[in-house]
Amino acid sequence: MKLRYISEAWLVLLLATGFALALAAVDLAWKTRIEENKRRETIGQIPHLVPGAVRGQKEFVGKVYVYRAFDSAGRQVGWVLPAVGQGFADRIELLIDLDSEAEYITGLYVLEQKETPGLGANIIAAQWRKQFTGKPATLPLHVSQAAIGENEIQAVTGATISSESVVSIVNEAVAGFRRALEGWER
Amino acid sequence: MTDDATPLERFLRGIIPENPVYRQLLGLCPTLAVTNNMKAAMTMSGAVLFVLLGANLVVSLIRGLLKPHLRILVFTLTIATFVTIADRFLAAFMYPMSKELGPYVPLIIVNCIIICRCEVCASRQSPAVAIADASGQSLGFALALASIATVREILGSGTWWGIRILPAGWDNWVIMVLPAGAFLTMGLLLGIANWLGTIRSETKGY
Repeated sequence: MKLRYISEAWLVLLLATGFALALAAVDLAWKTRIEENKRRETIGQIPHLVPGAVRGQKEFVGKVYVYRAFDSAGRQVGWVLPAVGQGFADRIELLIDLDSEAEYITGLYVLEQKETPGLGANIIAAQWRKQFTGKPATLPLHVSQAAIGENEIQAVTGATISSESVVSIVNEAVAGFRRALEGWER
Repeated sequence: MTDDATPLERFLRGIIPENPVYRQLLGLCPTLAVTNNMKAAMTMSGAVLFVLLGANLVVSLIRGLLKPHLRILVFTLTIATFVTIADRFLAAFMYPMSKELGPYVPLIIVNCIIICRCEVCASRQSPAVAIADASGQSLGFALALASIATVREILGSGTWWGIRILPAGWDNWVIMVLPAGAFLTMGLLLGIANWLGTIRSETKGY
């Protein structure tokens, strides 16, 4: 019985292997280009995300890579922290903006998401992302119904999991960055 | 759908007589979702053409080896591979468009036009027939998307392919860019297509 399954499925197994190899080749060929596109978008977003910033510069703080945002006089006005995590449907990639002391979140931008159109995909709406502006970076945020507390975020209607994913990606990245920053400055 | 049609007949059929959107009412998700401007609609059509050609060709080549109960699995596997390639291609070479189309590119995997062509044509016909069929159906899909996108972009943004058509004083019909505009346009155009079809069959006498 088991053997019959394998003999019938050989075509599926063979095709799956062949297709996987083809996709690996595609990924290998285009990966750097796609990364470069994303990096360019990140740099391009910095002036819109951090108030007063005109340019960003990529650097490593400990092992975490971030963008330092500068104003026109060359003073640092904040940090832009790229973060990735699992959403409801697929990976969600975010840019989290922090003030120069990394104590407050100054903004949030969704670089990539494939959440459900009309529900989870609403995490890209400026109206929803605005909630993150001014939230403390020192406390973990959490999703709630009413969003009364200073570290509470109201979920997108009909998309609790997408909202919770974004919040937990933010929490993890911000906490990691703050740890790295402490060790780095000393 | 007789099985002895020539490749040319199959190609022509997909464009109007068996148009996937107006006649078969398949693949309506992208038809409604990405037709608020011409560029997005044509990128989607291009991606569907690539995936349908690829899937039809592969399925046709292995049609002798397909087991009835495993065939849908094989179709989906093949389609998903070509969709992933198309998705990566857009992300690498047409990044802003890839962002605009968002989840609708991966959703081509569940576009029923493609699985339908694999099932009714490619799994029973030679590669030449399967390719003609894929081209015709994709062209029909592209025409349908173009017709809806033309109405929506001109009325909703006053432009066509990003070029201003209506005078600057035109008040954009915002509803045409929103999902509701897609349903309205689709419904009206579908009505017109059916009406024309009825007239045509009446004049032919059946």
